[in-house]
Amino acid sequence: MTTLSVDRASTPTATSRRSASARASWVMGGLVLLVLAGVASVAFGVRSVGLDEIVGGVLGSTDTIGEAAVAKRVPRTVLAMLVGAALAVSGAVMQGVTRNPLADPGILGVTTGAALFVVAGIAFFGLASPTSYIWVAIAGAALAASFVYAVGSLGRGGATPLKLALAGAASSAAFTSLISAILLPRIDVMDSFRFWQIGGVGGAQTEKTLQVLPFLAVGALLSLATARGLNSLALGDDLARGLGEHVGRTRLLAAVGAVTLAGAATAVAGPIGFVGLAVPHLCRLLVGVDHRWLLPFSAVLGAALLTTADVVGRLVARPAEVDVGIVTALLGAPVFIAIVRRQKVRAL
Amino acid sequence: MTTLVPEVHRLTGHDVARARRERRRRRALVTGVLGVLVVVVYATSLMVGQTFYGPGEVWAVLRGETVPGASFTVGELRLPRASMAVLTGAAFGLAGVTFQTMLRNPLASPDVIGISSGASAAAVVALVVLELSSTATSVVAILAALATALMIYALAFKDGVVGSRLILIGIGVAAMLDSVVAYVIVRAAQWDLQVAMRWLTGSLNNATWDQVAPLAIAVVVAAPVLLSQARALELLQHGDDSAASLGVPVERTRLLCICTAVVLIAFATAASGPIAFVAFLAGPIAARVVGPGGSLMVPAALVGALLVLTADLAGQFAFDARYPVGVITGVLGAPYLVYLLVRTHRSGGSL
Amino acid sequence: MTDTHSLEVRGVTLGYADRTVVEDLDLALAPGRITCIVGANACGKSTVLRSMARLLKPRGGQVVLDGHDLHALPTKQVARTLGLLPQSPVAPEGIVVADLVARGRHPHQGALARWTREDDEAVAEALELTGTAEIAERSVDELSGGQRQRVWIAMVLAQQTDLLLLDEPTTFLDVAHQVEVLDLLTDLNRARGTTIAMVLHDLNLAARYADRLVALRAGRLHAAGDPADVLTADVVREVFGMESQVVPDPVSGRPIVLPIGRHHVRPTAVSGTAAGVSAASAAGS
Repeated sequence: MTTLSVDRASTPTATSRRSASARASWVMGGLVLLVLAGVASVAFGVRSVGLDEIVGGVLGSTDTIGEAAVAKRVPRTVLAMLVGAALAVSGAVMQGVTRNPLADPGILGVTTGAALFVVAGIAFFGLASPTSYIWVAIAGAALAASFVYAVGSLGRGGATPLKLALAGAASSAAFTSLISAILLPRIDVMDSFRFWQIGGVGGAQTEKTLQVLPFLAVGALLSLATARGLNSLALGDDLARGLGEHVGRTRLLAAVGAVTLAGAATAVAGPIGFVGLAVPHLCRLLVGVDHRWLLPFSAVLGAALLTTADVVGRLVARPAEVDVGIVTALLGAPVFIAIVRRQKVRAL
Repeated sequence: MTTLVPEVHRLTGHDVARARRERRRRRALVTGVLGVLVVVVYATSLMVGQTFYGPGEVWAVLRGETVPGASFTVGELRLPRASMAVLTGAAFGLAGVTFQTMLRNPLASPDVIGISSGASAAAVVALVVLELSSTATSVVAILAALATALMIYALAFKDGVVGSRLILIGIGVAAMLDSVVAYVIVRAAQWDLQVAMRWLTGSLNNATWDQVAPLAIAVVVAAPVLLSQARALELLQHGDDSAASLGVPVERTRLLCICTAVVLIAFATAASGPIAFVAFLAGPIAARVVGPGGSLMVPAALVGALLVLTADLAGQFAFDARYPVGVITGVLGAPYLVYLLVRTHRSGGSL
Repeated sequence: MTDTHSLEVRGVTLGYADRTVVEDLDLALAPGRITCIVGANACGKSTVLRSMARLLKPRGGQVVLDGHDLHALPTKQVARTLGLLPQSPVAPEGIVVADLVARGRHPHQGALARWTREDDEAVAEALELTGTAEIAERSVDELSGGQRQRVWIAMVLAQQTDLLLLDEPTTFLDVAHQVEVLDLLTDLNRARGTTIAMVLHDLNLAARYADRLVALRAGRLHAAGDPADVLTADVVREVFGMESQVVPDPVSGRPIVLPIGRHHVRPTAVSGTAAGVSAASAAGS
């Protein structure tokens, strides 16, 4: 009797063969990049400064204008790093939870939903403190995420990447219109909103950053805690359950983590898109699909990339600044398009 | 196979024809009602305003007589505005339903996939950075919309164009262009809010006859083209393979429809800005009202016109503040999505 | 009786974007008969069918309908002669059965889309033949899988073509409905002489219903002819990589393939393979 030889398809990615040391070196590389980006962010900007002024400013003295400028860049750099890390991890978690390579807090309308709630809070409830913005933004992010997911799941086939993206785009447009409707008669709020809407870390202050820190910490902890669960989820709900995973609970915790990160980041820096999309994909190429490596690496790379984008924004149009949200959109959208082109159509 | 007892009534060609004619009659009736509604709201928008002019006076102005007061208000202000509302509504409705039918997805509206964003981005750059005149800006907007559509099509081309890829790339391109719009508007802080609003959400304020004319020409040329493709589009809904085997020249039809729809969007956006959600809502609303099985082109055009007319009236008079039409129609988007959710939940699953 | 048309591919090479699926294939459909195409997954059977349906342009070679290059003929003329039921047809939301079947008349209607007596009769006949007359006014979304498949077949029947190509028409159907659909197609062939070509993944159904059986392997023609001649244990091994015993089935007399795996195999089945077949066929026919 002949024994059939099953042709084992070659393992698609090198995940299993990637050694821990290779991954560790990529993470090290990411950290180096992060440090470089941080230095660049402090050293370069609209105003050129000398080395001694840089050192002085970082150390806290504000004797010269140059040093003052540098001193202002420090909290800005810190915020950019935090926001970049938060958005990247949020995107990675969203992609894991929805099994959708195109998930991103911007594309799924989560950031716009957060923005809507902040605006509504200011306009109708007179909210004023940054902490209240953050809470409200997180609530908005959560509701928007649920809404978009529900709309994207309509019809045959459930929540395919295509339908989710469309639902996100349509919902984003709807939320933006609602924001316009609220703001139009309130010229006072409108101006400050318009600046915030682009997404920038320009107005960073240490106090604001400290206030958002606990939220980011909670979101990060939740996300990291579900890393193993996300690995199982990637196999499909049924298979994951068969492996002993609490599918519903994992999904909920991960979603809460992702939404908290996205909401908090949006509350403090405005809606910034594409970081959550591009960074996890890049990280997957280098470190593999194991979320226990993917999430931390995404955080590091996200921080580095957003900081770099901020520096680019400051340098490219001197003496004016291009806000980081614009830079990420202009650079991130082509990455998005490239990813779409690479995907097999059926997978969409 | 079921064996039929001879006495049982066999289905004949007669029965089929009768059922078909009944369905067609119902669709025609509903479409007729929509048409009447458009005329009624159009007439109302001519009469209603700061000063109310009765039907007699309006009719006199339309006939070309000079009526003190009314000639200016109705003839120069309200008439172009209402006409532009009808034309942009019809244009957006037609283009929207064409895209949604072609891409087989009710969420795939041209304003979501980047074409209006292209027109807006070019327009704000032309107005703010290059400081062109308003006619030149309109021309730039039209060219930009066409160029954007072409770029999206080219980027989506990989051994043929697949709908899902086109949509996703459109979303990416829209994001890029929207950020350009936002940047330019914010940088031009001294900008006139009115004009900014127009290019962000669409507005019919300051509609003039020289803005209406090119749009009217575009609609008159493009609409018949699309209507002629109505049957082919219906069959495309079955999938490319089925349509091709039924004798539809798939790629040619798709290309023709996309180009025509983009032209409509380009001219309409150049005239009034990207009036949010009209292209998105007109098709599905028409489908609900007229029922399945026939071409949705004419009903969608009528629904679009109705939406814009009514929204503009509401925006001007229904609230304390004056809202541009795009904000009103945009606000309808969210409840519509919620409605989709609720309806699906109740009917238990299928869209 | 319909005129018999001939449809064949000559030396055809087919592929998508970066890969070639079929290379230098010659395949002719038996006019007025039922041809079934079988083969392992990804051997090119759907691809060949699609090229015959004019959906895929060959990179090399020709697809010939009645002696003319298929791609040179006017689209509507082809649509009146050749009908296709693809693998996963899509129905627009909310459409009614009668409307869907009526769409099949498109190739026969001119630019003005006037409805003639002939059109209505064709639709009525298609509904009757597929037993979907009772559900003619119902929405397609509400139907079961079996009913929906019959409605699709009705639409292709309404097209009234002399050639009918079907890509896996029995997938997702339970066995009763599978047989129902295949019997219906056989009726059509016997009554009207419609040339039918189907891709089927079920070897045994293909053997039973085919007048001509074609086995493809890795984009090339492996065997073609009478099912009894084509379906042997050797062919099954070569095309599917599977050991089997082929015996005539007691219901139809056509060959039936009995797979031999690693379990549930009686010792006699394996050892006396050739003898077993001849003994069984002597007893069965």
